[in-house]
Amino acid sequence: MIADETLLRVRDLTVSFPVGRRDVPVVQGLDLELGKGRTLGIVGESGSGKSMTSLAVMGLLPPRAAVTGSIVFDGTELVGAGERRLRSIRGDRIAMVFQDPLSCLNPYYTVGTQIAEAYRSHRTGVSRRQARKVAVEAMERVHIRHAARRVDEYPHQFSGGMRQRVMIAMALCTDPELIIADEPTTALDVTVQAQILDLLEEVRQESGAALVLITHDLAVVSRVAEEIVVMRSGVVVERGTAREVFSDPRHEYTRALLDAVPRIDDRIEDLRAVPRAGRTTSGSVVR
Amino acid sequence: MTRFVASRLLGMVVVLFLVCLFTFLVFFALSPDPAVQICGKNCSPDRIDQIRGNLGLDQPFLTQFTQFLAGLVAGREYGGGTSVVECAAPCLGYSYQTAQLVTDMIVQRLPVTVVVAVGAAVLWLLAGVVGGLLSAVREGRFADRFIASLTLGGMSVPNYVLALVLQYLLVVKLRVLPFPQAVSFTADPGQWFLNFILPWTVLAAGYAATYTRLTRANVIDTLGENFVRTARAKGLRPSLVWRRHALRPALTPVMTLAGMDFAGLLGGALITETVFGINGVGKLAADSITSNDQPVIMAVTLLAAFFVVVGNVVVDLAYSAVDPRVRVGVAA
Repeated sequence: MIADETLLRVRDLTVSFPVGRRDVPVVQGLDLELGKGRTLGIVGESGSGKSMTSLAVMGLLPPRAAVTGSIVFDGTELVGAGERRLRSIRGDRIAMVFQDPLSCLNPYYTVGTQIAEAYRSHRTGVSRRQARKVAVEAMERVHIRHAARRVDEYPHQFSGGMRQRVMIAMALCTDPELIIADEPTTALDVTVQAQILDLLEEVRQESGAALVLITHDLAVVSRVAEEIVVMRSGVVVERGTAREVFSDPRHEYTRALLDAVPRIDDRIEDLRAVPRAGRTTSGSVVR
Repeated sequence: MTRFVASRLLGMVVVLFLVCLFTFLVFFALSPDPAVQICGKNCSPDRIDQIRGNLGLDQPFLTQFTQFLAGLVAGREYGGGTSVVECAAPCLGYSYQTAQLVTDMIVQRLPVTVVVAVGAAVLWLLAGVVGGLLSAVREGRFADRFIASLTLGGMSVPNYVLALVLQYLLVVKLRVLPFPQAVSFTADPGQWFLNFILPWTVLAAGYAATYTRLTRANVIDTLGENFVRTARAKGLRPSLVWRRHALRPALTPVMTLAGMDFAGLLGGALITETVFGINGVGKLAADSITSNDQPVIMAVTLLAAFFVVVGNVVVDLAYSAVDPRVRVGVAA
């Protein structure tokens, strides 16, 4: 692998929530490394801890979550960092694209206002006009047509795919070094999914930002990610380049995941479920 | 937008017309003959007929109703011969018992009712929003539970009980407040203000409790919304996240409800006004019910309906100004 500069280094990250008197870990001993401008796919079923990992990086976990370990972003330790420091990175150098773009946009404000908001809060002395211009440019970069007009429209006036473009524009406008996309295509039509993935890839190449793509959908990561981490029950069960993971999965769970992808020549009885966490079909403990 | 406003206004007129029709129908069909009441004990059939003629009570229902509507719009005259009473539009009728025009009676009493309603609304909004916010921020902690028990009290104690208890405690026992005296605002603003403190508080208490709960629930709901997470993910200052992304969606429904409740109160706060002896529309309603002064009862009913209907339209228009999703006539 090319020895490129590391942008994000996660070491032994553990996130746990108090349940009754016990602390239940949702992420355990996670290690990640991401070079500048690289793409990492985090794959796993729901509850595997992939979203918690991304929220931990953003410092957006609920206050009752306990975080240990280390998250170093471009030389800055984020675990235990003050809210002010986190805020200066959040939305400026690390931006996030969430799953359901309708509920993630505030219905009361125009998309332009919401796109420009991040920009205005991280740059001092930005006039309304400049901010609006930045919003229009960001919308153009994500190929929203008539951006100059649509910048004054409200989220409910956009289609699902367009809303996700707005979210991406919002993430882009501060020129972040890292974009975390958490299930960015899950709430969208299949036809739109491919467009959004292509857009994310295009944006990444254009801006040179690194991309963390979190998904349960293997087709999605295979399309975009260079490196893949497979998570289950808060633990990384497999990691490697996309090719390694897809052609030669080492872990039983990854194999089960790959097997569960339906093929066009499958009959309905052939659909395979992924075994429940804890035990596999062969009885060995999955970890 | 103009179409939206126009259709709402038209709807308002239709509703008000129906309210007029039904109240009129109820009073026409159900109440005893007013002419007999007015005539009193020493009465001859001729005299009753004469009174009926003067008041237009000898006419069939439809004629009476159209006369009433015409009076509302253009004014009318009561009586005949030498004793003609001129009733200018909007003429709400003639009170047989007090020999006064109903419109005058209401106009006299409306200002004090407005004062009661405005003061109470300011109080309950302040208490409700502040209490609700505090509760939401301290969810599950002591302050939240304390406020919750207060709201339970506010909701369950009837306001006439609260009125009497507060009056006894603050005026009679502790003498924190002076005994109410009839003064005009211009004569003695201080005394005037003190007079209203108890009515405002009592009237606001129940509403404040509801508003506290509503605000608390809305704020907690909104803070859990994905767009609030997005706002935080953008790195906005917490004050900005609150002000822009949490409070506006959370408080819009509160304002809507406030508009409706306030409009309802303009029709008169019967119990509070009666308990405190405030001569407003509510007291007028209570008095006229006691003495069965039908034109007044009807007029007060209509007035309350009018305020509620107008309040509704105003709230709708305000809502469409605040929430872009409700804005009509904007192409999606």
